[in-house]
Amino acid sequence: MYEFKYSKASSVDDAVEKLKASDDGKFIAGGMTLIPTLKQRLASPSDVIDLAGAENLAGISTDGSTVTIGAMTHHADVATSDDVQKAIPALAVLASGIGDPAVRHRGTIGGSIANSDPAADYPAGVLGLNATVVTNEREIAADDFFTDLFETALNEEEIITAVRFPIPDCAGYIKFPNPASGYAIVGVMVAKFGNDVRVAVTGAGASAFRVPEMEAALAANFSADAVADISISADDLNTDIHASAEYRAHLVTVMAKRAVALA
Amino acid sequence: MGQPVRRAEDVRLVTGQAVYTDDFNLDGQAFGCFLRSPHAHAKILSLDTTAAKGAPGVIGVFTGKDIDAAGDVNDMPCNANIKDLQGNPMYHPPRRPLESERVRFVGDLIAIVVAETHVQARDAVELIEIEYEELPSVVDTAKSIEPDAAQIWPEANGNLCVHFENKDGAEIDAIIQSAPNVAKVDLINNRLIAAPMEPRVAIGDYDSDTGTMILYAPSQGANRMHSTIIQVFPLEPEKIHVISKDTGGGFGVRSKAYAELIILMWTARQMKQPVKWQGDRFESMVSDNHSRDNVTHAELPMDENGRALGLKIETIASVGAYLSEMGPGIPTHNGRRITGTVYKLPEVYQSVHVAFSNTTPTDSYRGAGRPEAAFIMESLMEEAAKVMGMDPIEIRNLNFIPEEDFPYTNSQNLPIDSGKFTETMNMAMERADWDGIDARRAESKKHGKLRGIGLGYFMESSGGRPDEFGRVRMEADGSATILVGTFSHGQGHGTAFRQILHDATGLPFEQMNFIDGGDTAIVPQGRGTGGSRSSQMGGVSILRAAKKVIIKGKVIAAHLLQTGENKVEFASGVYTATDSGASISLSEVAMAAHDSAKLPDGMDQGLDENEHYQREADYNYPNGAHIAEVEIDPETGVIKVDRYSAVDDSGVIINPMLFHGQVHGAIAQGLGQALYEHTVYDDDTGQFLSGSFMDYCMPRASMIPDLNVGSNEVRCTTNDLGVKGAGEGGCCGAPPAVMNAVLDALKDLGVTDLAMPLTPMRVWQAIQAAK
Amino acid sequence: MTTVSMTVNGKEVSGDVEDRTLLVQFIREHLTLTGTHVGCDTSQCGACTIHVNGVSVKSCTMLAVQADGADIKTIESVAKADGTLHPMQAAFQENHGLQCGYCTPGMVMSALDIVRRIPDVDADQVRHELEGNLCRCTGYENIVKSIVAGAKAMQAEG
Repeated sequence: MYEFKYSKASSVDDAVEKLKASDDGKFIAGGMTLIPTLKQRLASPSDVIDLAGAENLAGISTDGSTVTIGAMTHHADVATSDDVQKAIPALAVLASGIGDPAVRHRGTIGGSIANSDPAADYPAGVLGLNATVVTNEREIAADDFFTDLFETALNEEEIITAVRFPIPDCAGYIKFPNPASGYAIVGVMVAKFGNDVRVAVTGAGASAFRVPEMEAALAANFSADAVADISISADDLNTDIHASAEYRAHLVTVMAKRAVALA
Repeated sequence: MGQPVRRAEDVRLVTGQAVYTDDFNLDGQAFGCFLRSPHAHAKILSLDTTAAKGAPGVIGVFTGKDIDAAGDVNDMPCNANIKDLQGNPMYHPPRRPLESERVRFVGDLIAIVVAETHVQARDAVELIEIEYEELPSVVDTAKSIEPDAAQIWPEANGNLCVHFENKDGAEIDAIIQSAPNVAKVDLINNRLIAAPMEPRVAIGDYDSDTGTMILYAPSQGANRMHSTIIQVFPLEPEKIHVISKDTGGGFGVRSKAYAELIILMWTARQMKQPVKWQGDRFESMVSDNHSRDNVTHAELPMDENGRALGLKIETIASVGAYLSEMGPGIPTHNGRRITGTVYKLPEVYQSVHVAFSNTTPTDSYRGAGRPEAAFIMESLMEEAAKVMGMDPIEIRNLNFIPEEDFPYTNSQNLPIDSGKFTETMNMAMERADWDGIDARRAESKKHGKLRGIGLGYFMESSGGRPDEFGRVRMEADGSATILVGTFSHGQGHGTAFRQILHDATGLPFEQMNFIDGGDTAIVPQGRGTGGSRSSQMGGVSILRAAKKVIIKGKVIAAHLLQTGENKVEFASGVYTATDSGASISLSEVAMAAHDSAKLPDGMDQGLDENEHYQREADYNYPNGAHIAEVEIDPETGVIKVDRYSAVDDSGVIINPMLFHGQVHGAIAQGLGQALYEHTVYDDDTGQFLSGSFMDYCMPRASMIPDLNVGSNEVRCTTNDLGVKGAGEGGCCGAPPAVMNAVLDALKDLGVTDLAMPLTPMRVWQAIQAAK
Repeated sequence: MTTVSMTVNGKEVSGDVEDRTLLVQFIREHLTLTGTHVGCDTSQCGACTIHVNGVSVKSCTMLAVQADGADIKTIESVAKADGTLHPMQAAFQENHGLQCGYCTPGMVMSALDIVRRIPDVDADQVRHELEGNLCRCTGYENIVKSIVAGAKAMQAEG
């Protein structure tokens, strides 16, 4: 990779200061995305500012109606958390399927969603569970967070501190993985909150998106059959050597059915 | 022999004490980094290395012009000289180690930057100023010989390297015309990347005192590399020294003296210091030879009973942009020799259009031509069964070379020594519970899944380079040192060959040392490892050298036991005088052999015997039945290999544990070809899209089922040990077994046409298309 | 350049590194512990697997500077000082769980982490847990056998 200057932030405020002082700095969380990117020489930040030492950014807590996950919490900890497994098991399933065991020891929820990778799992989880992204500046609703390919609503110096998930009645997550990379070709999170249902899809488009038609059908009848005949348009879906847009569109329906069955 | 002796060599490997080539550095070592072409086909308009030369830490930048000006480096060789039926030679394009005028595939080599550290060299490569004029490219094999395809070599019309034919096609055409039944198939054998886990790495060095060019690189035999390198640097043999330390996998791609290695040796000589190259995985993906990549049309004419009357094969085989060492020989010689595999075929016609394209050159990879041959025959047999309305097992039995025909001269004039195909197939079917498929199929159906079972019977021709060097040197301490010209890079030869020596001499394992072909200064002779030749060639060489040791040892023993040679018997490591009953061990004889006072008058000290083993038969014929059972999710196209069984005839087995290990590894690579591995070039731009494991799908543990492997030891009659190769069969058996299983699973949906790799998307698309 | 300090295989070590130096490079080049290997560019092959603060980590996807103050264990720390193999290593040898050996240190380190999390791991679980470890030689059959056997041996040892 190209040269850069590394520093450890002692707190969120310190991290922001360091970023301001840099020419073109970037935060590093777990590094599971940033370091491979740097190794490929696809980015050349002047500074890399490590959030690992900043206080109070990791940890999982629940108050009975929400589960709050600190931005620097590792995927492995989310996957094995008693709180998460009890309250939102689908979220534990999602976290347990990211990468591989070693990657899960380092990767973080904050790092994952700040990147808005079209094939990452967490965006579907955050969007599907109607989570709130808490930053050092404000709180951002999931619906407003993922804006485009690798783009989010975050400002330049804004740092995610936690993600707060309302606890659904039930939820299910399933991923159809790219067999080579393990990333989602299509990943669907279905979650029921009273009379409302949310269906969020990752892997298929530029960023995670919801499927209103499926949500309405499931709100009326929460069963796999309700979405079996709903297909989404292949227009604007991703195409690559592993999956065409048409195939992805088809998989969205299949995975949605299966996510409902798991919920 | 025959015992699953554990490998003593494992201790070093499992504790991290192995020494791979990147694990050590030489004094004064600099680092080299390559500039490679980002384009599939382009003219180099200008090349300016000034900025790179001035970058921090850079001590040299060399281009093709520098190498050509020095005038001391020949073209990269191709040692497979293939002719057409009229005797015209193939077109062999010139390939320089570094290209200066034109680049012809993504990854083609242009320059090397040498600096004090790796990262300095890597940074400086980006400072080379180079201007390209992009040219039209062609990457698709079938398209490459079409008249409107981009031309790569002006002298090779239609991108044709050579049109190989084994004979004239008039006879087979007449047979096909008049045959009551003909099975026809159109097949693609997909391009594969071997991807051994150790990426490429090498150190070039130069000894100014002796004028010796030195190469440290992982390989499949230092001697093998030497024999190619000396074609590029035409020096006295001892002026080229190749050392291979622990090697992280070979599979056929590590036996070639690639351009990078030549450049490193040349650069080290220029700069009079060692130069190390640490290739990354992308470089390995783009510059390790690729393999397979055949497009084939084949026809099997049959009589009214389904007995084959002949075979016609027409293949377009991609050799890539240049000819690698053996590249054009793989489809025309390696594979072709076993064409027809286990079936009795009166007339065989085979045509291969060997074609250039703007892709990485192809060459050997586990199986090298024989997996392609098996895939063709097993696909034809399934199609033949359909055409005849016969059971696929029945039609194979009908067409197998019967046991009583052995030794059997096949259509390519190779004497096949032995084989029990029906028996082997039956053993596999039992292992796979072939007859229980219907019940399992019904069970899968209950869960909405489609189950299928498929057979791939393969025969391959293992061996090649039918001479080898073995030596057994008894040391002064009574131990034995085995020296052999093969080279273990994961196979466990150190253990297997010790087993052979133990059986021959009775010496315990702890009293044996093993040196193989990893250093041309220590074992200069021999042909390395490849084509599953090590046990049949290296093993036999050692056995014969051991026998010579025992014979000479008997003379010494007789002297020491004070009796006549004819009164001395040898058994289990001990010489016994039949008259007195006195005995002396081989070790003691060895120790005595180093003391002239103890030897008969006039006998030289030492007990050290060589064997230069030359064999008449080029090959032997491992064969086997592989059976895959799959379960397909029709909603997604995902294929799960639920069961996999195989029975291989590898002749006599030296070490069943090592045998199984080889079969497992080969099957995994075969499953990779069938289901996961896809080398992709963009059709329009020629861009290489499989440069990392993110896109090139390597089989992982969760993708391979339990492998239920057995053996049918049919003794090979053409070597002392009775062994046949074991390492490559799985690659030949697995792809057709899987393809046939998948087609079996999908037959009710009307899917008849699928190409490897059988990705979920392809399966799903085929299901949709058949609706 | 930054000075990093960490504990590696029980010893305090430190060195001066460029900030862009990967942890695997620090281990291999500065500490000359070459048992940890590099096999790919994309954090997938697992040949570089070590333990950082008690959990498996891909050392090619960490900067040396990130590991400042950490407790690192590499393959070289697994066998006993007198050379006696760890039960997991012995299991690999006993079950022919390696051929060329290049992926093996990473496999052993991952295996130890698997057993830490799932002491009575079975074959299916092992296959799933090896998602991040590639082998090209063995077809995984014997690696899975080795890890299951190694886990049992570790349980027996207590």
